[in-house]
Amino acid sequence: MPATAHMGPDAVGHLKARTRWGAAETLFWLAAPLPFYFLSDYLQLASQIAITALFALSLDLILGYAGIVSLGHAAFFGTGAYAAGLFSKFVWGEPLTGLIVGAIMSGLVGYATSFIIARFRHLTLIMLTLGIGLLLGAAANSASWLTGGSDGLQGVNIWPLLGRFNWDLYGYTAYGYSLVMLFVLFLFARRLIHSPFGLALRGIRENPVRMPAIGAPSRAHIRTVYTISAAMAGVAGALVAQTTQTVALDSLGFERSAEILIMVVLGGAGRLYGGLVGALVFMVARDRFSGIEPEHWYFWIGVLLIAVVMFLPNGILGGLSRFPVQWRAK
Amino acid sequence: MLPPVFGVLFDGIAYGMLLFLLSVGLSVTLGLMNFVNLAHCAFAMVGGYVAVLLMRDFGWPFFATLPMAFSVAAAVSILFERVLYRPLYRRSDLDQVLLTIGIAFASVAAAAYFFGTQQQPIELPNYMHGSYHVMGLDIGVYRLFLIAVSVVITILLVGTIELTRFGAQVRAAVDNQRMASGLGINVERTFAITFALGSGLAGLGGALAIEIFGLDPNFAFTYLIYVLIVVAVGGLGSIAGSLAAAILIGVSDIAGKYYVPQLGAFLIYLVMLAVLMWRPAGLLGRR
Repeated sequence: MPATAHMGPDAVGHLKARTRWGAAETLFWLAAPLPFYFLSDYLQLASQIAITALFALSLDLILGYAGIVSLGHAAFFGTGAYAAGLFSKFVWGEPLTGLIVGAIMSGLVGYATSFIIARFRHLTLIMLTLGIGLLLGAAANSASWLTGGSDGLQGVNIWPLLGRFNWDLYGYTAYGYSLVMLFVLFLFARRLIHSPFGLALRGIRENPVRMPAIGAPSRAHIRTVYTISAAMAGVAGALVAQTTQTVALDSLGFERSAEILIMVVLGGAGRLYGGLVGALVFMVARDRFSGIEPEHWYFWIGVLLIAVVMFLPNGILGGLSRFPVQWRAK
Repeated sequence: MLPPVFGVLFDGIAYGMLLFLLSVGLSVTLGLMNFVNLAHCAFAMVGGYVAVLLMRDFGWPFFATLPMAFSVAAAVSILFERVLYRPLYRRSDLDQVLLTIGIAFASVAAAAYFFGTQQQPIELPNYMHGSYHVMGLDIGVYRLFLIAVSVVITILLVGTIELTRFGAQVRAAVDNQRMASGLGINVERTFAITFALGSGLAGLGGALAIEIFGLDPNFAFTYLIYVLIVVAVGGLGSIAGSLAAAILIGVSDIAGKYYVPQLGAFLIYLVMLAVLMWRPAGLLGRR
């Protein structure tokens, strides 16, 4: 971390300096409502991007900060989606409570599995995340009486947001709703990773054995962040269920887990905005290229991944952040 | 007269043997270099398509295509190892996962582009069809053949690893890579040869699997999951572990589909999680 170079004797001052809002950050969020005015034909896409960005942010918390490589993060996305969808079908369709139900269900699954996750690293860990994801996918497929199986969950009925905003065809409500949720949870994640807890997580990522020696319990911290991340992914899933009024089986699938991992790494893991930028670039590119054959799309995704790993190891943001340093050096 | 459980066992073992062929190479290379190669089944798919292509367009007999499936998959893997894998040996798990997922994605797309997305039909020779009836059981000829091939390959592999100089180098490198290179073993070269051998075996497995699993472009991902499960359950770098795990997974999968079909693939994931919880390094893994 280059930031340690600026580390003065005043640790609190250092933490505070890191949390200050930069110009680029402010601009990014000021630009976020622009689609309402200039791209109103693309609001449905914009809302899906905001939701995917939230999902990517949740993965970045465990991947970029705690160093947990997960190939099964869609498990929590799908759990949240099914929980919110079923809640609206069988209890009531008020969206905000549905969101909370999705978050709680995913958080519970995340908490239960975190006891497994925190014990392992490396390949075993990757395999366990993959296995848990596959297990939930197979369970949702088997329980087709409840989930609709491969036909998707039908009969999701969401009431107007706050009792007054109807779910319009253009996606005004959907985008506003998703964007506000993304922003709120982003603020939460930002606060979290700039806290001493966030610093401890980065320490665990670098050396999980040494951190307990200086008083940061690795496993307890990993369990906490894994649960938080799962709940956030659950919110993203619930948002998809509510804005599209259906839940597809592939929301739990391996492809979704792989794609979200690609987005985070494309943007740059461990950079807070990495997942957001990655989701934006990936989703826009997929929309632009949706005219071409899907197998061609996957070919270019594969080539892109190889190129990112070989030439841009810290993602788009990592590549960009190298430029100012070079200018300064001149 | 034997009860049907023996039939399930036989099919499960045949299935497990196929999984063993597909996964043993990955297990050994993972144990050797700790390189997480998620493109392993892409090399198996290369073998499958080589067999299909030779039979369909050049009229080769099935058996003649098997050595070619092995060699072409091995040759392609050497190319990838040289160009893409080697710079990443010292990088993180995540980089290796991403690079190899990228290769797998690209291979799926390339296979779809050249061969179409449909299942590839193959014509086995007539004497491979049918089955023997032994004590009330149906023993499929092709499944018997699969088991025989796998047993021969296992004996060859174990013989190579346990009895030859090269095998001793591989074992030394798996146990302690630094120490081995300190003793003058060229670990990179050992790894390259092992990698090619493992990918070749995967290619052979891919060709043999067409009759059982079918072959379409998604092969690289669908069976990757099974292969990873076998490797994780068996333990890295352990041939005996891979064999045991492959048979365990094969028998559980077939038994699950036979006795509790509504569970689907649920059972083997459960078996994997249970084994990994019990022994994180796999059944016979040491690390």
